[in-house]
Amino acid sequence: MLLIKCPWCGERAETEFSYGGEAGIKRPLEPDKLTDEEWADYLFNRSNPKGAHHELWNHAGGCRRWFEAERDTVTYRIAVTREL
Amino acid sequence: MKKYSALSLVRNALGHNRHWQPAWRKPAPKQEYDVVVVGGGGHGLATAYYLAKEHGIRNVAVLEKGWVGGGNTGRNTTIVRSNYLWTEASLLYEKSMQLWEGLSQELNYNVMFSQRGVYNLGHNLQDMRDIERRVSANRLNGIDAEVVGPAEISKAIPLLDTSASARYPVLGASLQRRAGVARHDAVAWGFARAADALGVDIIEQCEVTGIRRNGGRVVGVETTRGNVVANKVAVVVAGHASVLAEMAGMRLPIESHPLQAFVSEPLKPALDTVVMSGAVHGYISQSDKGELVIGAGIDAYNGYGQRGSFQTIEHTMEAIVALFPSFSRVRMLRQWGGIVDVCPDACPIISKTPVDGLYFNCGWGTGGFKATPGSGWAFAHTIARDQPHELNAPFSLQRFVSGALIDEHGAAAVAH
Repeated sequence: MLLIKCPWCGERAETEFSYGGEAGIKRPLEPDKLTDEEWADYLFNRSNPKGAHHELWNHAGGCRRWFEAERDTVTYRIAVTREL
Repeated sequence: MKKYSALSLVRNALGHNRHWQPAWRKPAPKQEYDVVVVGGGGHGLATAYYLAKEHGIRNVAVLEKGWVGGGNTGRNTTIVRSNYLWTEASLLYEKSMQLWEGLSQELNYNVMFSQRGVYNLGHNLQDMRDIERRVSANRLNGIDAEVVGPAEISKAIPLLDTSASARYPVLGASLQRRAGVARHDAVAWGFARAADALGVDIIEQCEVTGIRRNGGRVVGVETTRGNVVANKVAVVVAGHASVLAEMAGMRLPIESHPLQAFVSEPLKPALDTVVMSGAVHGYISQSDKGELVIGAGIDAYNGYGQRGSFQTIEHTMEAIVALFPSFSRVRMLRQWGGIVDVCPDACPIISKTPVDGLYFNCGWGTGGFKATPGSGWAFAHTIARDQPHELNAPFSLQRFVSGALIDEHGAAAVAH
């Protein structure tokens, strides 16, 4: 089980957290101006890297706040967590 | 290829089994192929086999970074069924089911396909409504399916706790009698041997490190054993589709997750069918060796580590022990993880790509094994004709742009 450091609560067991997927995906400000391909890319496509992954977690069983983490998707080691 | 038969068994036994041929050759990669299939799992080998057999394309290489069937083909729980909800998915999986039914004869290799039936349990009113709907949809598509009640389930699966006081009460189940299990390794080996006999080069220990393109068209691959020129490149790399897509400058609607399975110590025959419960994230069958084969749900986070988390093991075992209280003292022998490529609609991609001559078959999520022959069959058609078969046309990459998704989260049975 992963030990995840919530930026507010400190290190807690993985089971207290829920996963939020890739971080840094911004909803387009003017969706009407996008092509279908651009909208599909925002909606569905993900970088899904093998290695360092920039992602979101939620401390669902604790302070219920979202934060960012840099985690390696092969070793599962979390390099850093930070406030959003 | 020497044909396997009862006679060949006897003859080789008399020769102290010293004269068996290797099931496939170990060729070095040639400079150039008509089609390079990336990925030597069941799907890739089936693709190569049907390319050679159905379309006469025999100048084909299958490049495998490890060994044949060492990825998800050898890591699943071997369940085969075709009871999906939507017509598009049902027809694709049913095509596969029909191929399974003749596969051992077709390949001259015993894939130990055993149609012992699959029960999908319903534990509450909504489960039962979904089961009724799915069974009706299956029957409209000509796929065998029935709804069975607790009395019949209890008779067929005596060890399952169907009592009123059960932690997860069993209100009923869907049953597909033609569904069952197959020997996963044998499927890879059988396709490898049959493809090899038709002239396909199966090249193990050969990792693809780049996809070479020239003006929007694929021209070959870079590998750890040198560059290979190819007219067409077909990528079937469950777990690593996004990694290969990046080599071709593409992004996919896929996230890779660890999925775990377990086998127990061997027991005497105790369970002669397959029991699945989507609601509690557990599915179980008993192998011919007597081991209980148990599958879990996926881990929530993206991962390529081929291992999963402890809480998922605990969660699955809780469910299995609640369903089958008499298994509580059975010891687990092995545990492992595979990496599943999950699409937003829990359906695969078997598709052309924006790069000419480059094809992708991926995104099978937790349910790729059952589709092995049908997936290869449809993918081979797509590659040979440069257009999809009507069975896999709905499973194009384009569906994520058009919005015509095929939502199979319910019938996928494993929570994504």
